[in-house]
Amino acid sequence: MTERTAQLRQRSLDTPPSLTGERARLMTEFYQANDGKFSVPVMRAQSFLHLCQHKTIYLGDSEMIVGERGPAPKVVPTFPELTCHSAEDLRILNSRPKTWYRVDDECLRLYEEKVIPYWRGRSMRDRMFAELPQEWRDAYDAGLFTEFMEQRAPGHTVLDDKIYAKGMLDFKQDIADAIAKLDFLNDPQAYEKRETLKSFDISCDALIVFAERHAALARELAAKEANGQRQAELLKIAEVCSHVPAHAPRDFQEALQYYWFCHLAVITELNGWDSFNPGHLDQHLLPFYERGLADGTLTMESARELLECFFIKFNNHPAPPKVGVTAAESGTYTDFANINIGGLRRDGSDGSNEVSHLLLDIVDEMHLLQPSTNIQLSRKSPDHFLKHALRVVSRGYGFPSIFNADTVVEEQLRQGKSLEDARAGGCSGCVEVGAFGKEAYILTGYFNLVKVLEITLHNGLDPRTGKKLGPQTGAADSFKTYDDLFAAFRKQLQHFVEIKVRGSRLIERMYADHMPAPFLSVLIDDCIKNGRDYNAGGARYNNTFIQMVGLGSITDSLSAMKQFCFDPASGNGRGKTSLPELVAALDNNFATDELLRQRLVNKTHKYGNDDDYADALMLDVFNACFEEVDGRPDARGGHYRVEMLPTTCHVYFGSVTGAMPDGRKAGLPLSEGISPVQGADRRGPTAVFKSAGKMDHVKTGGTLLNMKFTPSLVATDDGLDKWGHLVRGYFKMDGHHVQFNVTTADTLRQAQTAPEQHRDLIVRVAGYSDYFCDLSKELQEEIIARTEHQGF
Amino acid sequence: METGLVFNIQKYSVQDGPGIRTTVFLKGCPLCCQWCHNPESQSARPEIIFIESRCIGCGECRRACPFAESLRGEGPLPPKVEGCDRCGECVDACPTDARQMVGKEMTVDEVMAEVLQDGIFYEESLGGVTFSGGEPLTQPAFLKALLTTCRARGVRTAVDTCGFACTNVLLEVAQLTDLILFDLKLMDEAKHLEYTGVSNAPILANLKALDHIHDNIWVRVPLIPGINDDAENLEAVARFASTISGVTQVSVLPYHKIGVQKFRRLGLVFPLENLQPPSAEQVETAVGRFRAAGLAARAGA
Repeated sequence: MTERTAQLRQRSLDTPPSLTGERARLMTEFYQANDGKFSVPVMRAQSFLHLCQHKTIYLGDSEMIVGERGPAPKVVPTFPELTCHSAEDLRILNSRPKTWYRVDDECLRLYEEKVIPYWRGRSMRDRMFAELPQEWRDAYDAGLFTEFMEQRAPGHTVLDDKIYAKGMLDFKQDIADAIAKLDFLNDPQAYEKRETLKSFDISCDALIVFAERHAALARELAAKEANGQRQAELLKIAEVCSHVPAHAPRDFQEALQYYWFCHLAVITELNGWDSFNPGHLDQHLLPFYERGLADGTLTMESARELLECFFIKFNNHPAPPKVGVTAAESGTYTDFANINIGGLRRDGSDGSNEVSHLLLDIVDEMHLLQPSTNIQLSRKSPDHFLKHALRVVSRGYGFPSIFNADTVVEEQLRQGKSLEDARAGGCSGCVEVGAFGKEAYILTGYFNLVKVLEITLHNGLDPRTGKKLGPQTGAADSFKTYDDLFAAFRKQLQHFVEIKVRGSRLIERMYADHMPAPFLSVLIDDCIKNGRDYNAGGARYNNTFIQMVGLGSITDSLSAMKQFCFDPASGNGRGKTSLPELVAALDNNFATDELLRQRLVNKTHKYGNDDDYADALMLDVFNACFEEVDGRPDARGGHYRVEMLPTTCHVYFGSVTGAMPDGRKAGLPLSEGISPVQGADRRGPTAVFKSAGKMDHVKTGGTLLNMKFTPSLVATDDGLDKWGHLVRGYFKMDGHHVQFNVTTADTLRQAQTAPEQHRDLIVRVAGYSDYFCDLSKELQEEIIARTEHQGF
Repeated sequence: METGLVFNIQKYSVQDGPGIRTTVFLKGCPLCCQWCHNPESQSARPEIIFIESRCIGCGECRRACPFAESLRGEGPLPPKVEGCDRCGECVDACPTDARQMVGKEMTVDEVMAEVLQDGIFYEESLGGVTFSGGEPLTQPAFLKALLTTCRARGVRTAVDTCGFACTNVLLEVAQLTDLILFDLKLMDEAKHLEYTGVSNAPILANLKALDHIHDNIWVRVPLIPGINDDAENLEAVARFASTISGVTQVSVLPYHKIGVQKFRRLGLVFPLENLQPPSAEQVETAVGRFRAAGLAARAGA
């Protein structure tokens, strides 16, 4: 880092997140003054223009890349047209112990006097909840699923390379051409299309206005600036901001600044999930980087500094505050902009380049919460690229995560995308796959597989509330075989997936009709060509995802029941336990059955050990999810698909799910992603990969596998090489993603206090290995000391 | 079919040869090194170990034990029970796996089934299987059958030996394996006898016998402070290793204390209670001595 970026970084880290009412005020004033004057899309575009004209703009000391969504870094606006926070919500946000946002009295007063009176009953959330059927609300309240779009707009998309070749004026020309081609004589939708295209055109103007205001501010500051060097920088910023976004960028700084303006526009227009994302940043920047080095306008150092400034901008933008269940499912400041490094180019060749390595160095050096970063590893990616990434991962900050670029392409081909569009695609959010710049891929919510099993074991009732939520598929004593039990689960699964899909389709439709995203639509092919909004199916590709949660927990629970209740031959240590007896123990949260619980934990075939007994059951569950969801039509002309990822929702889902046959007590977190139950994998990383590799990842839109690694395994060059081979082995099996958490001394301390969740931590030295939790206290301390010494 | 006594199959073994490996530990060893980190490998019979930290004190083991009536006391059984015939009832009964049976009679097919599970990782990393112990050469027929099967299935192998074995067996095994990990501990015969229980003469003779017979031998030297880390011993090891044509690497394996508690789990006393691991500098010095002798040496495997 340079002195400049070290300072900017520190400022970003030190500033506490807070809320601003400015956007809510501007939006409310505009709607009050203009309601009813325009069509819905034009109203949205005009309100966006109003924001761009009037929001407070910010240009901080020593900044090179400029622009903030709020009036200053770490200040987050609200979106009352989507979710109108109550005064109580705001007070909770201010005071809750985790992911808090400071809210001042002025903001509270504004809400009470102006914002709430206008938006209550008009916000999307209020309208949505008024429309959703009772069965949906009951299942939602019980924690069977969540709904992404109840507080935030659909988003989940990523930009491709189009802005590096086209300015907003070029897009305006495309829009004008599309309007000129409208056929009012024969096309019954010509009017809707024209209104939509008009909205696109206005939002292009809005971004140009927004940038011009920054150029003016920079000139104004330059005039007052005493320091000659800073004055020159300010004048350069002014020049950049009057060139982009109106025109295509000419150099490295303009390319970054242009993306950043687009990013701000997308996350200001609406608060879409996973903010926005430059996608294959290294590939997009390479021509500007090479040209700059060649003509002497750029050095490696200045490119690096600009990139660091760019990274800090992401960190300045905590996710818009969530409330209620949504805060529980995604309790983080991270807004999931996930920069892709490496991967493939459109022609199928390796996409890694010098800028990829520069980005990895920056990730290594800056240790910021945002942006997230990942590498896209293909068969063609060089080993030294993988090794560089692993060296960064070995520091223990979790990033970058690692994706299988070849599987990412295959997944998209299965969904019917063109080969080139698939290669230019990648991953965003946590692990989600999409065709960058060409697809609306919407996540609709997490789905609690373990809760469905709990309801199955109680014949359709939720034991937590006594409410009947599912059909009667048989009491525990009615299942004669394991297959009977699984068939009942299958029926319950279908029941709740259908409730979920009916609700999501309604919500998607409401967004299409009431809450279009004109600016985002300009950036995503083929919205302009189709004259249709991103939220209404204008994109070239449309997919809608349900994220399945608790695969490890449900597999181990099924395995335990199969083994203990139905399969006396397989031996469980102490003879047979009947299913009703087991369910009674669950209802009692194992209060008087600790020995049974211990046997369930320790004497059962578990997912994550390359043990076909358990892994076959995992496959049954995965395939049931796939068959239930994949191919159902969504509301934008696309299809529903499955993903296997939890963010932090496994914690919330666990909190509403009772004790389960895997030995998990009521209320504790479920397993996350496709990872084994915490501590259930006892045979090391190859066995986890083998188990996870048994599902067909190509049929998903992303799977998430987290793995703990002890630092001793990766401390040497040889260790890094073997680690790389391990990843390549998993990817040979079409594994989609893996993220390594290299254990820190802190984790080891947690393992001392909660050994059951950390049974998988293996300490290895030559010729010897042991489970950390089985070591004596004295030896544990020695290993912790060594871990700290190694600086992990 | 040949069977053998196996006490552990360790996957993602990254310190017992090149690439990603599975290490198959065969039970039984003619040596009893005082610093042994796998004391449960020494006896050629199954044994029961007791992992104290896992015990919840439920006493299920005592209730299951056929000899319990003749035992005094109550609650969990001690690691060693008088008259125990290793029937395994207490192990099955223990709900937390605090009591475990170490040593399982396995067929070649059973071992191979586990070994082949990680084939994809061996291919990717040019890894394979390491047969270790104990001393794998104490089960020659089983070991040779395993090596032959591995070769037929395209799995690369290594054999990790203390060198104390019948020369003919060693030479036969050498023909069947791609890599030999050969331990050299102490060059002084009297000290070797004192610390490992056997003379080093057959060990040195065996390594000599491999000269011009096997072309890929890694000499492994456990570094035990105060016992074998003196310049005289290490230089003697280096001189000797230099005379063997197939030695391609020397690995210095620093002593670590993690094995100490295994003695306790077996109900045994660790003879070197106060022994401390070598410092990083000591390890570097040792590695330097081998490099000075012109050998490719490294710390760790």
